[in-house]
Amino acid sequence: MNTRFQSAADRLRSKPAALFALAVILALTALTVFGPWINPNGIENLDWLHVAEGPSLKSAHWFGTDRLGRDLYARTLQGARVSLSIGLVASAVSLLIGIGYGAVAGYVGGRTDHLMMRIIEILSGLPLIFFVIFLTVVFGRSESLLFVSIGAVGWLTMARIVRGQTLSIRRREFIEAAIASGAGTGRIIAKHVIPNVIGPVIVYATLTVPQIIMFESFLSFLGLGIQEPRASLGSLIADGAGEMEAAPWILLIPGGFLAALLLCLNIFGDGLRDALDAKER
Amino acid sequence: MLRYFLMRLGSAIPTLFIIVTLAFFLIHAAPGGPFDQEQTLPPKIMANLQNAYGLDQPMWIQYEHYLGALLHGDFGPSFKYKDFSVTELIGQGFPVTLELGAAALALALGLGIPAGIFAALHHNSAADYAAMSLAVAGIAIPAFVVLPFLGLLFGIYLHWLPVAGWEPGSPRHLVLPVLALALPPLSVIARLVRASMLDVLGSHFIRTAFAKGLPLHTVIVRHALRPALLPVAGFLAPAVASIMTGSLVVESIAGLPGIGRYLVQGALNRDYTLVMGMVILYSTMLIVMGLLVDLLYAWLDPRVALSR
Repeated sequence: MNTRFQSAADRLRSKPAALFALAVILALTALTVFGPWINPNGIENLDWLHVAEGPSLKSAHWFGTDRLGRDLYARTLQGARVSLSIGLVASAVSLLIGIGYGAVAGYVGGRTDHLMMRIIEILSGLPLIFFVIFLTVVFGRSESLLFVSIGAVGWLTMARIVRGQTLSIRRREFIEAAIASGAGTGRIIAKHVIPNVIGPVIVYATLTVPQIIMFESFLSFLGLGIQEPRASLGSLIADGAGEMEAAPWILLIPGGFLAALLLCLNIFGDGLRDALDAKER
Repeated sequence: MLRYFLMRLGSAIPTLFIIVTLAFFLIHAAPGGPFDQEQTLPPKIMANLQNAYGLDQPMWIQYEHYLGALLHGDFGPSFKYKDFSVTELIGQGFPVTLELGAAALALALGLGIPAGIFAALHHNSAADYAAMSLAVAGIAIPAFVVLPFLGLLFGIYLHWLPVAGWEPGSPRHLVLPVLALALPPLSVIARLVRASMLDVLGSHFIRTAFAKGLPLHTVIVRHALRPALLPVAGFLAPAVASIMTGSLVVESIAGLPGIGRYLVQGALNRDYTLVMGMVILYSTMLIVMGLLVDLLYAWLDPRVALSR
């Protein structure tokens, strides 16, 4: 396992695009965390003297202000912080559900596996986005619900991947040894199956993060996600799209931030996956 | 083949029934009702309204009535758009949404497949890398960022195309929305075709085809294309789903009078019948698409139908 990761790390090092993407992701993340200290501005403060002012390093508002005179630097960074944390937490939720479900289905096998996979098949055939829209409408638009409902959509693919990985190690000697030593099914899954499939699965999870960020901003764009006065990149883009003729920076700054973040996360995730897949394309 | 089709059709109907039932009880369980306003209505008027729309009856009876009407093709009246039935609302907006979506799907297939073949044939060349980098961007950046950016560039700065709006019979208004909507599935299709084409080109029967002296385009079109398109067939249903979801935001940005706005607005307004109509419409389209994909699969790879 270790050597496999080492060679994967070597292969990743030979991919400058993936490394560059990782650097950009880290820089953007650092900016969202430390940025507010560099140029402190409240996300709700209304600066009536500088309404819809363009970006300039000379003024107090580096990224300009919106139609209400709110600082776009502060709002963009706050929105990006929300998007990033939802991306990470919801991915973790989908990872947890997916690992449990997939490992049980793959290890137990037989009829149970058949039934569990059939359920996944049916669920992925449903227009899940509509159910998420439903859920956010039914249970109010709280941020914690947003985390859970987005994570609940993401676990389907994860469960499939975990099941596949589990099937590939199910007949290995160390599992047989565990069975022979009298370990129960639950213990084998928790102690032997999951630790051995988790590596590759986490790699796949890196590609879930941008998908979930995209989904969250989509919901916020529609007005179903993060609510005012807090911002999300999606809601900022929605505001900006309405102002783009007179004040294009209100669109371009959060839009560019989201585009750069998603692009880099995808490039890095692709690079990581290719590095772990021995099969080179 | 016919038996296979009927079997698939048979499993589609229960799925649709489950969706209808789940959606019905979920939306009715949501707090608030369609007649909630800033000022609360006098109780008497409220009671009359509830009575007129049958909302005062037990949920089970309401469900029965709804299903009964649905079987006759009646989606019921809209609660918010007074004097409109859901069928009328959908009838007005659906042609626009359909035109937009069909054009986007056609563009995604018509450009994605050749781009994938081209990239596979020029494997590891600069053109291949350029195409695949574009594809990553196409997958990564969502339509609601792409469309305003395109509008800013081509509409406001270059004045080539209208930024938003709609005129019946004017394709110019559709160019940017269709482009923004098509880019994500286009990119996925190009990647899928490239990968599967590379696999197929490395197989023995292709080597044989070249060995007997067939020209490149004959090998591609007559031999390699059909197996290479299998993953694209599998992606068609997700592609349609992605275009449907994308059209929710694209229509609102571009100001197109499609049905996209009804889903979110209807859900927020607790316009029960409108939301139900939208959910049923979208699910039916997805399920029908899934059926078509299965048939296409069986045609592309005859082993599929036989194995069931």
